Amino acid sequence: MSTETAEVKVAKSEALFSKKNKKLLTNPLDIDNPITVQVLGICSALAITSQIKPAIVMSLGLTFVTAFSNLFISMMRNTIPSRIRIIVQLAIVSVWVIMVDQLLKAYVYDMSKLMSVYVGLIITNCIVMGRLEAYAMANKPWPSFLDGLGNGFGYGLILISMAFIRELFGSGTLFKGFAFEWKVFESMGLHYQGNGLLLLPAGACILIGIIIWIQRSINGYREH
Amino acid sequence: MKFLRNTLDKAKHNFEKGGKFEKYYYAFEALETFAFSPNTTTSAKGVQIRDAIDLKRLMMTVIIAMTPCLIFGIFNVGHQHFLAIGQEAGMMDKFWIGVIQVLPIIIVSYGVGLGIEFVFSTLRRHPVNEGYLVTGMLIPLVMPPDIPLWQVAVATAFAVIIGKEAFGGTGMNVMNVALTARAFLYFAYPTQISGEVWTYLPEGVQTVAGYSGATPLAIAAQSVTDGTNVVSQLNSFGTGWADGLYSFTNLFTGIMPGSIGETSTLMCLIGAFILWATGAGSWKIMVSVFAGAWAMGLLLNGLAVNPYMEMPAHYHLVIGGLAFGAVFMATDPVTAAQTETGKWVYGFMIGLFTVLIRVFNPAYPEGIMLAILLMNVFAPLIDYFVVSANKTRRLKRATV
Repeated sequence: MSTETAEVKVAKSEALFSKKNKKLLTNPLDIDNPITVQVLGICSALAITSQIKPAIVMSLGLTFVTAFSNLFISMMRNTIPSRIRIIVQLAIVSVWVIMVDQLLKAYVYDMSKLMSVYVGLIITNCIVMGRLEAYAMANKPWPSFLDGLGNGFGYGLILISMAFIRELFGSGTLFKGFAFEWKVFESMGLHYQGNGLLLLPAGACILIGIIIWIQRSINGYREH
Repeated sequence: MKFLRNTLDKAKHNFEKGGKFEKYYYAFEALETFAFSPNTTTSAKGVQIRDAIDLKRLMMTVIIAMTPCLIFGIFNVGHQHFLAIGQEAGMMDKFWIGVIQVLPIIIVSYGVGLGIEFVFSTLRRHPVNEGYLVTGMLIPLVMPPDIPLWQVAVATAFAVIIGKEAFGGTGMNVMNVALTARAFLYFAYPTQISGEVWTYLPEGVQTVAGYSGATPLAIAAQSVTDGTNVVSQLNSFGTGWADGLYSFTNLFTGIMPGSIGETSTLMCLIGAFILWATGAGSWKIMVSVFAGAWAMGLLLNGLAVNPYMEMPAHYHLVIGGLAFGAVFMATDPVTAAQTETGKWVYGFMIGLFTVLIRVFNPAYPEGIMLAILLMNVFAPLIDYFVVSANKTRRLKRATV
């Protein structure tokens, strides 16, 4: 009798940010990173990381979409017939993507034009669908929400660090498009010739490879 | 020599196991084996084939094969410089200008490349390979004479780290390292490696009246928009300051502006002869690259839609870097196809793609670099098909 109540207690007392739930947020930043470990969402990582600003907007957009799609799919997970689950997931994701798209158009129109189709393409981003299939369909809403946030952050981390390197060495500026745009080399009085390769998607692909190389040599991750 | 031997012997115990600089053993070993023949011999047991050739000797053979190109290139840099500024100059002056321009590039290429090799071999605890000897010489030969040295350094570092060490070092690279360096510069800093950069002209120097730095490839590409005959354009080029600069004989001997080592088809053929005679390079690849380019040229002659396509096919063999690429780049034993049939296919496709890129892609006047890099990637696939075709052929013959 006593053991039974104890078990129930453990299940009930799971804190909002228990160790397990925190892991959902932190794992995607390193050992379970959507870009460098799961190798998902590469397409947008190559396409819109030539400057920091679109990279930030894109990461925010994707985090928002992944988190809320995860949340809603997770709430509906017991009622979705498994044969049509993909189309249901797509419908939910597209609602959030359209919201992001409309928000961008309304408030940062320039950014929306710059990112063109890539906002719409969040809907086919493997990270979103991957998290829905792999996590939200089998877990409770709150952990699913955190998982979505975490993966969005992991994606954003790589995206923004790539954009940082590409913008700095590709065109010699940082935070172009913001009020505090910084022409790094010019302000130091140096003449810097931008590296054209980094501005090409091919250069971004090599850069992702280098980031993966560095990350894996630090954390010792190996492909199974 | 004796002094060097003694110093090395004295220092040796520091680098051996348990010594002070144990970590740097492989760096030391590299220096020692570079200076003297190693005293290790093949064990008496279990070895079937014995040959004097090792990696070091193979690489030195290739270097020797490249020397005609290098020496001619050094002369040509000076020659083109004096032609462009309209001065008469003696042989030695031309060589001197060439040496001043070319030597720093060679030093930077070897310095940076070998430095990275030593760092990686120390980190990964493997011997330094001689593979870089050839690469370090190939890189300067495919650069324009007035390339900024820092760009050479960056490109070399990129090629050695990303093109080679990331794949596991010498013998493991998928793509030709020297061409990786050139491709890097081509996409990263296009202003210094494309357009009219092929003649060494210091700042502030007056060029001769009527001077133009256009290369034969640029002229041929231009003729597509102008609708003029390529050959007559080439023949009339340089009138007044360098008559007949782009005549067929000149294109063949290579007295024209271009990358340091690649202008002369003649010197490349001498190199090809050395490679063929010593067996260091595959003649099948060389022949098939030329054959592929010529065949594609003939095919385009037949179509003859624009002036570039009408250009006689044999011109494709002497303009640009086709000969150099065919002899020294495509034959790289690591990145080329390994099977004998595969070599024919591999070379033929390189030649074919080179001409295709030249004629149909105005953004890339020279196609040999991209063609070789592309076929490097496909070489394992070609080998795979050759091997599996061989298997099916033999299986058919077998009676089970």
